[in-house]
Amino acid sequence: MSAVAAPTRWRPPPFFGTRTRQNLVWALAIGYLVWSVATLDIDTKRALAGFGRALDLFARMIPPDFMRWELLVKGMVESLQMAIASTLVGVVLSVPLGIAAARNLSPKPVYVAARGLIVAGRTFHEVIIAIFFVKLFGFGPVAGLLTLAFASMIFLGKMLAEDIENIREGPVEAIRATGASFGQVFVYGVLPQVLSRQTGTTIYRLDANVRHSTVVGIVGAGGIGHTLSASFSRYDYDFAAAILLSIAALVALGEWFSDWVRRRMR
Amino acid sequence: MSSTVATRYPEVWRKRTPRESAIQWAWMVAVAVAAVWSVSALDIEWAFFLDAHEQAADLIDRMWPPSWSYLPVILEPLVETIHIATLGTAVALVLSVPIAFLAARNTAANGFTWAVGRAILVGSRSVNTIIWGLLFVAIFGPGPLAGILAVAARSVGFLAKLVAEAIEEADRGPIEAIEATGASTLQVYLVGVLPQVMPVLIGTTVYRWDINVRESSVLGFVGAGGIGLYLYASINQFAWQQVLVVLSAILLIVIASEAVSAWIRGRIS
Repeated sequence: MSAVAAPTRWRPPPFFGTRTRQNLVWALAIGYLVWSVATLDIDTKRALAGFGRALDLFARMIPPDFMRWELLVKGMVESLQMAIASTLVGVVLSVPLGIAAARNLSPKPVYVAARGLIVAGRTFHEVIIAIFFVKLFGFGPVAGLLTLAFASMIFLGKMLAEDIENIREGPVEAIRATGASFGQVFVYGVLPQVLSRQTGTTIYRLDANVRHSTVVGIVGAGGIGHTLSASFSRYDYDFAAAILLSIAALVALGEWFSDWVRRRMR
Repeated sequence: MSSTVATRYPEVWRKRTPRESAIQWAWMVAVAVAAVWSVSALDIEWAFFLDAHEQAADLIDRMWPPSWSYLPVILEPLVETIHIATLGTAVALVLSVPIAFLAARNTAANGFTWAVGRAILVGSRSVNTIIWGLLFVAIFGPGPLAGILAVAARSVGFLAKLVAEAIEEADRGPIEAIEATGASTLQVYLVGVLPQVMPVLIGTTVYRWDINVRESSVLGFVGAGGIGLYLYASINQFAWQQVLVVLSAILLIVIASEAVSAWIRGRIS
């Protein structure tokens, strides 16, 4: 009668290392669930009524109303223009930022300042940044353009800095040894090594900007988002459905384009 | 004879063939046209740029000093923001596993279920979290529930897409071994496939959670709960000193969640 007989039932090995740790993770997860749901201010009655409302809402969304297509097209085109223009502005601005934030190219104080800007800029959601640009530049697509350009500059600058930090030193030293200036070292030693990856990242960012350009309008920064939130607050659900479908189509198209270009580049 | 050699080996070295450089030029022109079209039609009011720096200085001036007495007021919404992100991610995690199995080519039951799975992925990912928020606020009324569902609706597609890719790349060996024991399809999925994609599932979920903390900081703008409502209210009341406090709080939780997420992902891989 040995106590260490082989187990007769197979149990999958625990994912979190040991079984005690696995149980602890489960206990924490359940504890958190109970605590968070208990503290959240959820109106159960209103939530239950929602299921009936959902049916009503979808009934009113169908069929989507494309009658005001002029308004729809205007908003969509504005979103698309904001996305394209902001990506281009962002690419241009990201080059100095990327160089400044690369440890192997710039002096320490510049590096620290650029990294600080990147950390702070990445933290805030595009919509928060949009509010401030709306305050500074007034309602309209300019605020949206600047918001997305700022966010693109931060994102592309971070990616560029990381690419520059990972380049091979050989070509850079070779160019430097010829007596080239900083600009020449960058153009002939660094740029060829990072250009193709950075182009891919830019196309990816264009896709992200198309997505964001559809929402910054909610705080008045231009594009289709404003039309959408207005139609929701007017209970104009069949027009809202038409806008939602158009946004989904535009975003899916943007993603497809981005994938297509990046696949071709490889 | 010399001419054939010359055509095969041109005297002057060029980086690109004529065809390649034509394509290069075509792309350049396309980008230039896109730039001109996108900027020209936007109807930019350049006058606003002239006094922008004064406006910015004025704004910063009004924000200082931050009114820290507002901090106790926003403590609860801050916690709510994190709850929205966490619970939304949890709902998405649960839903994403079956959807990933539907949308992976090698585990989809047939072409129709695969198409359904793919449609869910595209639909979920094509609509921004805030727009999902608008929709769920219209259905369930304003409050954190709409926020949780909005976060979940957007995250499901994100998680399921990456998990479906992991399922498609899963090692055939363990799957065939489980199949050989006479296991049912469900058992094969649970024992043969799921453990293989677990690291991707957990890693992606944690990564998405930290994105979601950022997203849920603005869900309040459309009434879907969290700190966003307080930020929006403070801005509309021109209470800039409160705005600075709210922004600092958001900065703190977003950076903290990013650090936690990076730490967990570092331990998994």
